[in-house]
Amino acid sequence: MRINLKINGENYELEVEPRTLLVYAIRELAGLTGTHVGCDTSSCGACTVLIDGKAIKSCTLFAVQAQGSDITTVEGLAKDGELHPIQRSFKEKHGLQCGFCTPGMIMLACDILENETDLKEDNLRRLLKGNLCRCTGYQNIVDAISDASMVK
Amino acid sequence: MTAVIGKPIKRFEDDKLIRGLGQYVEDLKLPKMVYAVFVRSQVAHAEIKVNADQARAEEGVVAVITGEDIEGKVGKNFTAWIVPNSNQVGAEISSRPLLACRKVKYVGEPIAMVIAESKERAFDVAELVEVEYKELPAVASIENAIREDAPLVHEQMQSNIALKWQIKNGDVDRIFSESDRVIRQKIYINRAAPVPIEPRACIADYNFSNGKLTLWVTSQNPHIHRFYIANVLGIPEQKVRVIAPDVGGGFGAKIDIYNEELLACYASMILKRPVKWVETRSEHFVASLHGRDFLVDVEFAVMSDGKVRAIRGNSYANMGAYLGTVSPGVASVLHGLILPGPYAIEAFDYTTHAVFTNTMILDADRGAGRPEAIFVLERMMDLIADELGIDPLELRKRNYLPSGENIQTVTGLSYDSLDFSKVLSKFGEVSDYEILREKQKKARQEGRFLGIGVVSSIDICGFAPSPVVGAVGLQAGQWESAAVRFHPTGKITVLTGTHSHGQGGDTTYAQIVSEILGVPLDSIEVLHGDTDMIPMGWGTYGSRGTSTGGSAVYRAAEKVREKGRIIAAHVLNSKPEEIEFENGEYFLKSDPQKKITIQEVALHANVGWNLPEGVEPGLEAQSFFDPPNFTYPFGIHLCVVEVKPDTGEVEIQKYVAVDDAGKIINPMLAEAQIHGGVVHGIGHAMFENIAYTDDGQILTGSFNEYALPKAHFIPRIESYFTETPSPANPIGAKGIGEEGAIAAQIAVANAIIDALKPFGVKHLDGPYTPARIWKAIRGNLAKV
Ligand code: FES
Ligand code: FES
Repeated sequence: MRINLKINGENYELEVEPRTLLVYAIRELAGLTGTHVGCDTSSCGACTVLIDGKAIKSCTLFAVQAQGSDITTVEGLAKDGELHPIQRSFKEKHGLQCGFCTPGMIMLACDILENETDLKEDNLRRLLKGNLCRCTGYQNIVDAISDASMVK
Repeated sequence: MTAVIGKPIKRFEDDKLIRGLGQYVEDLKLPKMVYAVFVRSQVAHAEIKVNADQARAEEGVVAVITGEDIEGKVGKNFTAWIVPNSNQVGAEISSRPLLACRKVKYVGEPIAMVIAESKERAFDVAELVEVEYKELPAVASIENAIREDAPLVHEQMQSNIALKWQIKNGDVDRIFSESDRVIRQKIYINRAAPVPIEPRACIADYNFSNGKLTLWVTSQNPHIHRFYIANVLGIPEQKVRVIAPDVGGGFGAKIDIYNEELLACYASMILKRPVKWVETRSEHFVASLHGRDFLVDVEFAVMSDGKVRAIRGNSYANMGAYLGTVSPGVASVLHGLILPGPYAIEAFDYTTHAVFTNTMILDADRGAGRPEAIFVLERMMDLIADELGIDPLELRKRNYLPSGENIQTVTGLSYDSLDFSKVLSKFGEVSDYEILREKQKKARQEGRFLGIGVVSSIDICGFAPSPVVGAVGLQAGQWESAAVRFHPTGKITVLTGTHSHGQGGDTTYAQIVSEILGVPLDSIEVLHGDTDMIPMGWGTYGSRGTSTGGSAVYRAAEKVREKGRIIAAHVLNSKPEEIEFENGEYFLKSDPQKKITIQEVALHANVGWNLPEGVEPGLEAQSFFDPPNFTYPFGIHLCVVEVKPDTGEVEIQKYVAVDDAGKIINPMLAEAQIHGGVVHGIGHAMFENIAYTDDGQILTGSFNEYALPKAHFIPRIESYFTETPSPANPIGAKGIGEEGAIAAQIAVANAIIDALKPFGVKHLDGPYTPARIWKAIRGNLAKV
């Protein structure tokens, strides 16, 4: 079936199966491979994108369900090549090592910075619980998000 | 010199990764590419009959390959470690058949490869491959596998023991009879897995016109992949190109050469089309290597003042059904040699065993053999401290080896450099150890159960020199290569035989080159991970990147600087002995105003118009660095926990790590290695467990059952360093990747057991989940 997806402000007309997950539509059909797949049980968060401003694991939706929504992936954050503040903070605070969980973490961080008020470390850590990272031990990810919240 | 080494330089790797522009294997697509999915064994041990007729007839199917189809046409996947004097089982038994043929030996073993025009199609059709199982008795645990009447994993063998390797030194029996106490404990370190967040993946592309095979693969060591492909598939090595692009973490999981990767190559050769395979996470838990799973029974001979004089015992490592790429070494050499740790022990008699079971293959998981050794050692130290009523930290102080260089150990190692006094004094400054003990006492009076674990650890890194590596059975060298190449414009490309998959090697190596050549960091590009471009090298694992790979870069840069000196002398009408080099400039000792930059020299060298006689054009050098010794980072870690007796829950309240990894190139990256390593160790101690039923069914097949640590489970890690340079390499670096994981698993375990002391618990095996802790408390409640 044919669907229309709006990703990073652009319209994509895609041919999908009813069972195609949103994450595959984004990666394989729209060709935006910054969104990653780290599991098949919706546990890792590597596939996190923003849907209408909210961080959602894109492996939990079928592509058809995302029609009419505004999707932002990590590729859509930088404006005119300039890094988004949260991207800059990840670099400044060394919030990534292998980078595989990073796009998901960054998209989740966007939601946190936009919608959460309690950004104390304990709460920040709780807010990250849907996203897994094996490299960093999370500490620098937490620091990157706090750092970006100061900039904001 | 401009001091670039030692600075927390921000990583060059980051920009593309934070923009989502990294290129991991799964991101790549080739024209006419087809997709593979594997049919895997559902049972642990069985005779099988495979019927793929219906699957083959399906639309969109390109091929279905079974074990019988390839039998005799391809080699087997063999182990690269043959431990001498160990009666290690031969390759005909220990090697993995690429696809099971007539028999399966563990759940998840690949039985058939389904290749289709799309991934979805391949998944659907895989369901149609019929496998008939005639089940055989299976064995999953070490204890069951070493029983006299155990079912045999390989019926050609007399037992399930794959190798037996003993280390013996000194008059152990005499010392045991002279000692005041003998303390003995059986310790089981449960199975876990490395679990990088990127699962494995590969694309094989065979070009039949020139016989060239290219494999993109999630590898920590692409040259070793090349070697295996050439051997198993019979392709000349120069016709194999292996590319490991951005790789999403390894932790040991991507050292091994796996059947799926070799099969993708084979399939591409017969189909003449690119073949892609991407592991699902559930598949990862049955198809990517597991770690730990050691059963150890040891006794320590101690004097009443706490001095440990001798150790003897046996270890058994669960190998799974076949031997992994390096697993024989993990079970023996990498484990037994380091077991006495940083302590002065007089005599040692320890026999390591590797045991076959009907489970997935075990191999290197962040630390590989050493975490298990240090776990046992430091568990025993706490038991001894408890038995003798000596403070655990004090007990360790009474047993440390002296500080200095080339310190001999009872197992015959020579520790490159050791200085626990420095680590202790830093630890004293930052840990509040005595205050914490007071707090613990007070908490107990209030009915709260705090526990403190304080452990010493030591790691074997930078596994070398190669002749020693060969002598202990690794069928490989462990030197490392680098090339430093000046371009005409004065910019530099560095090639390294190591592979960076999160460590930040590109930045670290650029810092080394910048330091030696006095060139700006942004004029340096570091390349790795393509065997057609990079000289032979051995990859990244065992915390060897900086100490061996970095040292090769260091040496190559030095060679470039020295060739530059000869050219500079010629251009400045002088002699090389008269030329000084500083901050990227060559100048006359006698007249510093007469100078030339290294970039100008590079241009001279590259155009070759005005070179001294006998000097070849170009400004580029290679180095193959084989260190004279291993390196041994060491440290003290502290963990404070509170256990809730009603629920068995554990809260980690504090974690302090003081590590000495020799010279640190980039403190920001080194600290981050400790963060990640410590959390890996915490995970293995408290949350992670690969569980099998007795008959070999796996119970932990996804992230729903296998719990990786999450951000809110853990406190901030306080990481500090002391620097005792290693004499084993020009940088003085030791390695830092595994230290955290080694120390943390036992620091957490000891803290939890310490908290359980009021309940009469002296020892408890992991994983330290609430359920197990709750049971331990209840089991012993009568004693309170
Ligand atoms: S891929 Fe979506 S949560 Fe893991
Ligand atoms: S940076 Fe590697 S998984 Fe998070």
